[in-house]
Amino acid sequence: MKSSMFLNPSAECQLARRTFLRRTGVGSIALASLMKTTIANAATPIHHPPRIRRVIHLCMAGGPSHLETFDYKPELAKHDGQPMPESLTKGQPIAQLQGQSLKVLGPQHEFARYGESDLQMSTVFPRTSAHADDLCIIKSMHTEQINHDPAHTFFNTGTAISGRPSMGAWVLYGLGAETEELPGFIVLTSEGGGQSQPISSRQWHSGFLPSRFQGVQMHSTGSPVHYVRSPAGVGREQQRDVVNAVSRINSLRNAELEDPEIITRISSYEMAFRMQTSIPELADVSGEPKHILDLYGCTPGDGSFASNCLLARRLAERGVRFIQLYHRGWDHHGGVKAGVATTASLVDQGTAALLSDLKQRGMLEETLIIWGGEFGRTPMAQGSGRDHHIKGYSIWLAGGGVRGGMAFGKTDDFGYHAVEDRVHVRDFHATMLHLLGIDHRRFTYKYQGLDFRLTGVEESRVIEEILS
Amino acid sequence: MRSLEVLKCCFFLVVLLPASRSAIAADRPVRFNRDVRPVLTDKCFACHGPDAETVAGDLRLDLSDSVTSEGGVIVPGNPEGSELVRRIFSNDAEEMMPPAETHKPLTQTERELLRRWIAEGSEYEAHWAYTPLQRPALPEVTNATDALSPVDQFIDRRLMEEGIAPAPLADRITLIRRLSFDLTGLPPTPQEVDEFVNDLSDDAYGKLVNRLLESSHYGERMAIYWLDLVRYADTVGYHGDQDVSQFPYRDYVIDSFNDNKPYDQFLREQLAGDLLPEATIVQQVASGYNRLNQTTEEGGAQAKEYLAIYFADRVRNVSQVFMGATMGCAQCHDHKYDPYTMRDFYSLGAFFADLEEQGKYSARARPPEIQVPIKELQQQIAALDEKLAELKAQLVPLRQKLLDAQKEWEAEVLAEGEENQEVETVWINDAQDTGGETSGTWDFVSAEQGPVHSGDKSRRQSSNELVQHFFMGAPNPVTLSPGLRFFVWVHLDPENPPKAIMLQLNDGSWEHRAVWGSDDISFGRRPESWAGYRRFGSLPDTGQWVRLEIDPAELGIQTEGTVNGMAFTQFGGLAYWDEAGWGTAKVPRNVADALKLASNERTEEQSAAVREHYLATVEPMVELKTRIAETETERNAVEASAPTTVVSKSVAPREIRILPRGNWMDDSGDIVEPSIPAFLGDLNIRERRATRLDLANWLCESENPLTSRVMVNRLWSLLFGRGICQSVDDLGGQGTFPSNPDLLDWLAVEFVESGWDIKYLIRTIVMSNAYQRSSRPIPELKSADPDNDLFARQGRFRLDAEMVRDVALLTSGLLVEKVGGESVKPYQPAGYYAQLNFPRREYAANEGDDQYRRGVYTHWQRTFLHPMLKAFDAPSREECTAKRSRSNTPLQALTLLNDPTFVEAARVLAARIMREGGEHADDQINWAYRAAVSRSPETAVADELKSLFERHLEYFSDHPSEAKALITEGNAPVATDLNAVELAAWTSVARVVLNLHETITRY
Repeated sequence: MKSSMFLNPSAECQLARRTFLRRTGVGSIALASLMKTTIANAATPIHHPPRIRRVIHLCMAGGPSHLETFDYKPELAKHDGQPMPESLTKGQPIAQLQGQSLKVLGPQHEFARYGESDLQMSTVFPRTSAHADDLCIIKSMHTEQINHDPAHTFFNTGTAISGRPSMGAWVLYGLGAETEELPGFIVLTSEGGGQSQPISSRQWHSGFLPSRFQGVQMHSTGSPVHYVRSPAGVGREQQRDVVNAVSRINSLRNAELEDPEIITRISSYEMAFRMQTSIPELADVSGEPKHILDLYGCTPGDGSFASNCLLARRLAERGVRFIQLYHRGWDHHGGVKAGVATTASLVDQGTAALLSDLKQRGMLEETLIIWGGEFGRTPMAQGSGRDHHIKGYSIWLAGGGVRGGMAFGKTDDFGYHAVEDRVHVRDFHATMLHLLGIDHRRFTYKYQGLDFRLTGVEESRVIEEILS
Repeated sequence: MRSLEVLKCCFFLVVLLPASRSAIAADRPVRFNRDVRPVLTDKCFACHGPDAETVAGDLRLDLSDSVTSEGGVIVPGNPEGSELVRRIFSNDAEEMMPPAETHKPLTQTERELLRRWIAEGSEYEAHWAYTPLQRPALPEVTNATDALSPVDQFIDRRLMEEGIAPAPLADRITLIRRLSFDLTGLPPTPQEVDEFVNDLSDDAYGKLVNRLLESSHYGERMAIYWLDLVRYADTVGYHGDQDVSQFPYRDYVIDSFNDNKPYDQFLREQLAGDLLPEATIVQQVASGYNRLNQTTEEGGAQAKEYLAIYFADRVRNVSQVFMGATMGCAQCHDHKYDPYTMRDFYSLGAFFADLEEQGKYSARARPPEIQVPIKELQQQIAALDEKLAELKAQLVPLRQKLLDAQKEWEAEVLAEGEENQEVETVWINDAQDTGGETSGTWDFVSAEQGPVHSGDKSRRQSSNELVQHFFMGAPNPVTLSPGLRFFVWVHLDPENPPKAIMLQLNDGSWEHRAVWGSDDISFGRRPESWAGYRRFGSLPDTGQWVRLEIDPAELGIQTEGTVNGMAFTQFGGLAYWDEAGWGTAKVPRNVADALKLASNERTEEQSAAVREHYLATVEPMVELKTRIAETETERNAVEASAPTTVVSKSVAPREIRILPRGNWMDDSGDIVEPSIPAFLGDLNIRERRATRLDLANWLCESENPLTSRVMVNRLWSLLFGRGICQSVDDLGGQGTFPSNPDLLDWLAVEFVESGWDIKYLIRTIVMSNAYQRSSRPIPELKSADPDNDLFARQGRFRLDAEMVRDVALLTSGLLVEKVGGESVKPYQPAGYYAQLNFPRREYAANEGDDQYRRGVYTHWQRTFLHPMLKAFDAPSREECTAKRSRSNTPLQALTLLNDPTFVEAARVLAARIMREGGEHADDQINWAYRAAVSRSPETAVADELKSLFERHLEYFSDHPSEAKALITEGNAPVATDLNAVELAAWTSVARVVLNLHETITRY
């Protein structure tokens, strides 16, 4: 099934068809007409052989300072406390520093070189830096939105206008999932280390795509997915009984009505029932061996980023297509030195463990890991911190199809503008889709009668230089 | 409509699903819009279309002049002489059109169609939705057996042409269910079903239609749709997604539909209610429409950027809601498929430049807002006013009666003698020696430096703004007793008096304030209804010492309380504060002195002081005044509790420029004035700036080609599950061609001529045969017309999210049928709002009746919509939604199976099954099934339910604690009088019937 998905243009339908045939037990009465609806909504065929099967996006929400993490700027140290050159800042959008005198703040953390590739990184990631040879740091990212909410929306959907589908939804729409037990796009969240800016479910919404492609949030407390637990007093057998009765009556009714939606409904109930087992099983990491728990440094159920990393690996193993982990804690308007150190310490071990764990299972090469925020931070001081910054910042990628041990692109000496090999958020989207076997220029959905290009109408390019 | 210009040469790209299959019968003339345009747009316009940048070989197939002029590729009437025909039929890879590399080959049918079109004269048509509205002639239907309604004439004529027999009429149960869902969003009760089924009169159906249209649930049902269009929500959307009160707008929508407000008035009030002459509260509430856009209070937000964002949001919404247009693209460039230009985009937005608004808001406020005394409150206020009037009427007679007894009182007081002497305790005089904590500047000055009242010093306090000095936590607090009053002497500088002064007492809290003068002391300001805040009128006289006296009871301190501190506050100016403390006496000093004089020896002032003191302290008067004060407080509190709602308020319009590429930082674009899209005409207002009201009036002109078509098409889609034009969100060039354009236009004209009467239009549609047909596709239609273009049958579709909730609540009997009011919070998984901040939020589900309100009243949190609503495709309402998607997912199954709302509904329904369903299990099963789907179960269905019941009865008998857990879900009272095990088993049955596909589907 997995390999055939990449060869068959209507893979999703194929998957759906087989799934239905296998599960429903109500026969194939109206399958033909059901499939028709599915086909109408199916993705443009996969365009070229993919390099990866899934994406894990470690979203560092709040906007990590590139100047304390991946983009070393000795020039900043020289000018510490001095006015920022106006030639760089004039006419540029600015957030909270609007109307204030702009002074340079030197790098607040040491940098060092790591791995055989001598990749330069800040010392705040002692564990992740051990994977330097697997990382591809893009230092020339730039985006268009300078505040958290719209910037997240922009990074996830390619536009700041609400109501458009998110990249996780694109991918699920394009490729389907490799699981029949779980949603294909799952979102986990954690926080700590800095002011927790809000995030919105808009960031994993399906927008104008059918809602089955939206991200499903998993929770570390309560029910791992909403309503996945049977009511109090109802055991598994009783729930099975109820579901069976619903489906049998639906099926009897369908003999009269011949409504393909009934067939889908029966199949939805079957999958729902399975999810009631598979999701708690997935969320329960108590069966993980001690050395794995130690690797991640988490306690089951602690809701930490590291726990979510472990869950991400479990989700990846089970065929979830797009996994998004938000860590809210990078908004360091003040105290950027201590703040970056703290937040980094909260994500470092989990990140490194995820890389190691996927690698030792042979899964890293079929996964794209994305680490980064919605924007970076100003070279200018905001007290002891830094303000939002969009003209140049860093993220890193690791995994299948991406060159490791590489730094790509440059910002100017002050870390202000991306000046070399600039990578727009849309270029990043194009590259991610390329790795998944999708040509973003031909990746469309019929919306308002138009073949709507999911990555938007603006031009973007695949960053070939970073591909292995 | 003034000078509607539809440029003949202007044909706008439409991207469509392939041309309707059977729809092109060989004997029907080819029509450009219906048949040809879709093929050209899908296969040809990418290279030969209106986007001038990409046009290939200088050939524009969208321009009739371009193709038919000398040497053009089309020779009208002569396909064989047309280069186009030669190329599309060519097998030569070099010549073939479209070229192979486009991967968009024409089908044989499409080639033939183009050939036929050219043979018939290759006539182009202007885009249908922009052409003037004309009432189409009613077509003849030759095979009709009965007199047909106009709607049926249009539909049956098409069916006749296609040689298709329509589906039969639906059975009565299906009909009442369909009609009830469509018009009220609720299923019929079994009683209502019986009444209708047994009503054999000719007009049974018509009566049902009327009854449902008159139901107050009709407005709720219509509001679900309208609120999607206008993106109504209870939160601001961006960043912290804070709450905002605009539910009075939601109620306005419900009321308007229920009152059958003409659509033109409805539209005018929303766009410009505040601009109507002597706008009523209702009209102002309606104008809140203009401010339903998302807003932000994010820290780094730039006001100018967000004003541009709100501006564009509004243009998108106005054009979508009222014009069925997608003008969004024109924010950055001229529309690629419609004649909307960038200038049009900014000119349309300029109508709204007069709105008072802020780019960046703060403090959870979204001014301008008004208070809206909703009906319930109005009643309460009226009752309290009546009571007040009664009490006040007693004042004069009581006063007269009491004055008759003044002499006796005076005698009594004199007899008490010394006891009435005021005993004053000075807390502060020439030094700060109260102990405890002090704050502010205690600037003691001597008589050389300023006025002094007693002792050697007073305290000088001066500032340009708010300033105070105080002490608190004095080690020997004052224990209050009746008659105890606090005082302070103050001297206001005549040249530079403060704007306001305030005396504050601390009894553990500082919330006891007495204010004189202006409203400048904002700190601690509370409504008068609040017990701890009192205004004592204007400032005392300046240039002299004045004694301020306060009865602590008036500041809300209980008689048993203790006071441990005083604060002396002023706003601006210069004041000297001196001796402060408290006095205890039944009679103040001046009154006591006057009493010692015979009444004829007293000055007028002294007489008045005695009289007023007597009246102010004598028991019956105190009692009456207390009652008046209490009633006033209560009344004011009720009034103050009136909810607020955001409204439109017109101010001097801000300058609107075209933003190049939509860039808000670029001020180089032209300044634009309000005007309608140029290709649709001109308002011809020269002498003044056009207003929102002008825009609204233009939209409401009977000649406007869009307004009525858009609305009629949407109303149709609510009643058939699809529009006559399928793209209900876009009647522009990208939209689909109406499957029955004459029907759409006929209804649009009818709508306008009826006075924009929505109920009339709905009645016209639902009374047709077409509406009443079965929704089950007859076999030949399944392949011939899968999208139901011909309306040979009804649609069938899942209910909207809100109605899915309503069904469970109504069926179980839990539904509370109250119309309007604040939004409510159903049960929701804990921690769902954990990602929100500023402020962080804890969700508290409503208790009592508000837990069981209809879905339309659910608190709409834009960034985290209630999971149940979200699972069933309710939109976030960040943008206009004209058509919800209708998915069918496992998350929906999980919701219906496990969401406490549905489990609770099931166990409450179970109790009804036991109480109302009859004696025997078979009857009870029949009752339960009917309650959910309106029909009696077939034997196989009944058997299925019965066997489930029996198995679960056995299981719960063995597991009574599980039974108890199941039947206590939710807040509703537990049916303790019923056998718990049976109740649990019936709950399982109820869960099944509430989960059935048919229960949540409208057939």
